Amino acid sequence: MLKQVICAGFGGQGALSIGKSIIEAGMAEGLNVTWSPSYGPEMRGGTANCHVVLSDEPIGSPVFTRATGLIAMNYPSLVKFEPNVVPGGLILVNSSVVTEKVKRDDVRAYYIPSTDIATEIGNIKVANMVMMGAYLAATKAFKVETVEEMIKGMFTGSKAKLIPANIEALHRGMECIK
Amino acid sequence: MAKELWKGNEAIGEAAVRAGCDGYFGYPITPQSEVPEYMSWRMPQVGRVFLQSESEVATINMLYGGGAAGKRVMTSSSSPGIALMQEGFSYMAISEVPCVVVNCMRGGPGLGTIQPGQSDYMQATRGGGNGDYYNVVLAPCNMQETVDFVQEAFDIADQYRNPVMVVVDGLIGQMMEPIEWHDVPKRDIPPKTWATTGKHGRDHTNVIQSLEIDPESCNATNGRLHQKFMEMKKNEVRFDAENCDDAEVVVVAYGTPARIVMSAMKELREEGVKVGLFRPITIWPYPTEQLRKLAGEDHVKNFLVVEMSEGQMVEDVDFAVQGQKPITFYGVSGGAIPTIEAIKEHVMALLKEAK
Repeated sequence: MLKQVICAGFGGQGALSIGKSIIEAGMAEGLNVTWSPSYGPEMRGGTANCHVVLSDEPIGSPVFTRATGLIAMNYPSLVKFEPNVVPGGLILVNSSVVTEKVKRDDVRAYYIPSTDIATEIGNIKVANMVMMGAYLAATKAFKVETVEEMIKGMFTGSKAKLIPANIEALHRGMECIK
Repeated sequence: MAKELWKGNEAIGEAAVRAGCDGYFGYPITPQSEVPEYMSWRMPQVGRVFLQSESEVATINMLYGGGAAGKRVMTSSSSPGIALMQEGFSYMAISEVPCVVVNCMRGGPGLGTIQPGQSDYMQATRGGGNGDYYNVVLAPCNMQETVDFVQEAFDIADQYRNPVMVVVDGLIGQMMEPIEWHDVPKRDIPPKTWATTGKHGRDHTNVIQSLEIDPESCNATNGRLHQKFMEMKKNEVRFDAENCDDAEVVVVAYGTPARIVMSAMKELREEGVKVGLFRPITIWPYPTEQLRKLAGEDHVKNFLVVEMSEGQMVEDVDFAVQGQKPITFYGVSGGAIPTIEAIKEHVMALLKEAK
């Protein structure tokens, strides 16, 4: 199994965090993982992306041009990385922000209103967990229990109150994949 | 032991702490600024020294002073910062003062770019400063090797009383990957009787300096140091050879490009292409003999050297191969990263040529 995922969006949208959640879940299930951020002369409101690799074998390159998955949180990210997705690959679009559709017809595209769902849940910051849920349901890359445990480990002490919203976000994201 | 997820630069800092680094001196520069950031709270937490210097020139001389006092000292920087430090490396080499320096390389020359690079190969492997000297240079290709080598570097530096470099590129510094904090090989380090820690009843004063004005004396010192560098050459060579037993094309690469080659090699092997990877782990001393022997094998038809530079290590490969087999170079620089696809294309083109 080899999954190569690009997570991209405006700085602050949580693209890097989604990537981190994916590798943490993968790691919890005993997979080899790498997370490589774009780091450049980035500016506030500019774009940020990361390359994520999950594999049951030792990982060679942590960066790649052929992605099995793309999580596009904004339109520039969709335009930039859509050509990198392999035929049959997965594209998750944050449709709360991106109104355009995926142009290619040889990929599996899903439109996830992650910001709207997060707003409904009452915490806009859980939008990335909505996308994580969608990724989980679309790829079956890991078990839902693994991610739930990960969320519990992520928020401890005074932050423990954030656990239910994140778990709800995860499940709402999963429901977006039919 | 459980695996932990670490960011490269922070893991470099933690590895130094675990190796007993007494003092970290540094100046921020992308893409390694997380090292001093991590050390700025971690070193005081364990009762050791963190100091943000006013410049890289000051940094390396702080290492000179701290190392001369017998302490385990370290700095990290990125290419332009390392360039500023070269005088200090040279002084420490003749004065036989150990230190550990991590170069998180970016694209050059000049201030260049903050994206990953490997264009400091010549500077790192040829000493870098003035005079006849070398640094042991370890070149890890993943996070686990990086934390292991940073820890081992302190012992190597102390054993030979010489600067040791660990070179990574910006990608290794910035990425996250699980690591295991396992025990690394420990060496028997003789007591630092040479350190300038006060006389304390000793019958002589320890003096550490780099001036040897008398040619005969300087020649003798250089000869003695040369013996030490020959010892390093004998004892410290490290390399990895994957799929080289039957390879028709051997790709030579280190650091991040070596990982990219691994991915290309996996795909090519699945297609039945006989390709191997020869990966120098120490880039000084270089695994010259091992590579030369491989070049003499009948099954090897071609060498492909892949670097994030315009071609620096390729000169060491050329020296090792000695014309036994043709060598082709594929490199990108200035912050660009070689792709799996381009490496595959180069290998396939070489095979076509050979037939």
